[in-house]
Amino acid sequence: MMMSRLLKYFVLSLGLVATSAFADNVRIGFVTTLTTPAGAMGRDMVDAANIALDHIGHKMGGKAVEFIVEDDGFKPEIGKQKTDKLVKQDDVHFVTGFIWSHVLLASRKSALDGGKFLISANAGPSPLAGKLCHKNFFSSSWQNDQNPMATGEVLNKKGVKKLYIMSPNYAAGKNMVAGVERTFKGEIVGKDMTKWGKDMQLDFSAELAKAKVSGADAIFVFYPGPAGPAFIKQYDQAGLRGKIPLYTVFTVDALSLARLQKAKLGGVLGSWNTMFWAPDLDNATNKRFVADFKAKTGRYPTHYAAQSYDAIMLIKSGVDAVNGDTSNQDGIRAGMLKADFPSVRGKYRYGSNHFPIQNFYLRTVKEDANGDWFVSHVSTVLSDHQDSYHGQCKL
Amino acid sequence: MDWTLLTVQLLNGLQFGILLFLLASGLTLIFGIMDFVNLAHGSLYMVGAFFCATLTQWLDSFWLGLLLALPATAVVGILVELIVVRHLYERDHLDHVLATFGLILVFDTLTQMIWGPDGQVIPLPAWLDGQISLGDAIEVPTYRVAIILIGLAVAFGLFILVTQTRLGMQIRAGASNRKMVSALGVNIGLLFSIVFVIGAVLAGLAGMMIGPITEASIGMGNQIIIVAFVVIVIGGIGSIKGAFIAAILVGLIDIMGRSYLDVLFKMFMSAQNAETSAPAVSAMLIYILMAVILAVRPSGLFGPRGR
Repeated sequence: MMMSRLLKYFVLSLGLVATSAFADNVRIGFVTTLTTPAGAMGRDMVDAANIALDHIGHKMGGKAVEFIVEDDGFKPEIGKQKTDKLVKQDDVHFVTGFIWSHVLLASRKSALDGGKFLISANAGPSPLAGKLCHKNFFSSSWQNDQNPMATGEVLNKKGVKKLYIMSPNYAAGKNMVAGVERTFKGEIVGKDMTKWGKDMQLDFSAELAKAKVSGADAIFVFYPGPAGPAFIKQYDQAGLRGKIPLYTVFTVDALSLARLQKAKLGGVLGSWNTMFWAPDLDNATNKRFVADFKAKTGRYPTHYAAQSYDAIMLIKSGVDAVNGDTSNQDGIRAGMLKADFPSVRGKYRYGSNHFPIQNFYLRTVKEDANGDWFVSHVSTVLSDHQDSYHGQCKL
Repeated sequence: MDWTLLTVQLLNGLQFGILLFLLASGLTLIFGIMDFVNLAHGSLYMVGAFFCATLTQWLDSFWLGLLLALPATAVVGILVELIVVRHLYERDHLDHVLATFGLILVFDTLTQMIWGPDGQVIPLPAWLDGQISLGDAIEVPTYRVAIILIGLAVAFGLFILVTQTRLGMQIRAGASNRKMVSALGVNIGLLFSIVFVIGAVLAGLAGMMIGPITEASIGMGNQIIIVAFVVIVIGGIGSIKGAFIAAILVGLIDIMGRSYLDVLFKMFMSAQNAETSAPAVSAMLIYILMAVILAVRPSGLFGPRGR
């Protein structure tokens, strides 16, 4: 009894010491997926955020930055718990990261009601761009629908008339499908929404068999993370390569290409996808970021990495605007809204709902000088594109 | 009705069922004979896939990788049995669940430490990576046919082992009445070790079979192990024949649900509702089947009598 009470005071006093020790720095909480088969995506994001912190000397507005990483385990409920921990225990000023739309939606209230800034470095679910938009929420990525909307335009230009769609059955998957359906002018001859989450479906034999006999002249898929290479492998094994061309969003990236190259699945070379950024997008910030990322990790960065780099830079622009006075939230918000920082995508601006208004590019898979496969910028599909939900946002 | 599609989907269902059988046969032996609940069976499935991936990448041959990964998985099985499982036989089921759940965490973390968070691909030889034509219009991936053939061969081998050999006789007897078997002077400790290692190798083989399709990834066994438990409950715990029939049944139901349920739902609800509810309901189908079977035959389709 005595011991436990002593212990309690000891822990309490430790807490006080700790609080006062980090009272005057900028604290950033980063929620991402570090375990499960999706862990490689989280690793890319953390690596990129650390490179951003190195580039700014771990200082924002003249103050030291404390960077706290948490693993959401690919589960909305754990993401929320970790956000609660960051808000209440670590008392961070910014919560960022978030690969998954369902994790972000579950964690949103904890961060925003706790009076913190919430910055999505990937997920862009439609509610957050529309009805649930918030003055303290920012995106350093995109709204989910935008990228597939660009793909829809590409499909129209390539003369595709009949489309087969496959996507995971969760918040972002539905947005992706809505996005491509909004711009694609032809007929949708089939659609499969497959099981998603930590126990995601990775065997697509039944769906590919349906697609094969559907009479489609293109397949559109959204299979992020570990599902991407699995899908492309089975697309090849099912003999669809050369018969029904594949168009993807968030499926072919540096992570999946590394694995596809290991498996010698050359079918992905020359395939098309769309994105707001590419590793060879021509601007000075991007060149430095990609070179440093490759030097540090030996890998090409993914868009997850690019967005995380930008999230840190965005936060810095806000904190710089108030000279490190983290209590001045209005000043930080005004600073971030200008999007006045060197972004890896080049210059962009913010819409009323705090989602970027930016270009979307067509990309294709190429081999670089060292023989490594990467996604290369081709042309602009949508310029200065704003999401379709900003009208519902009352900010 | 599109008969071509139906045939392809039946083959897909068969292939998924065979894979489930490889996993469930070991599980049903371990559960039925040793009365040991092994949640970590899925970890051996994962270990098999990772071994096969690394060996295939080193040796540049899928078949060599497969052949060497089997004894490697057996070694892991022996170690797990020696270090952890052996000490739990006398304990109750809750202790089994706790200890083997701990094993899952250990295996997942070790795998992440050794291989990193990335999945590992298992490259196939070109002749396996293509398609075979069956009849005029039907074309299926060669590798999936290979899974069916290998699985059937293993099922036949197990059938011979269980029905025609002395070891099989002891295994069957153990499934029906464990105490009597040990009273008759059979070295039950050795029998248990052998059964556990056979189960481990079968689980590893299942992982090696699925690896070239989905790649080896951390925690890959944790989902499919639940389906494998459903299979052995439907088939009757301890019965290889039951595991085989239940696995094929579950495989077919799962694939058929995924292929035709949305069409069925569209007949009486809006397309959008059908699209989002069909995958949810098709994921439930096998559990509904299990509930029905449990209600009608509480010991499963081929549950051993005598306990």
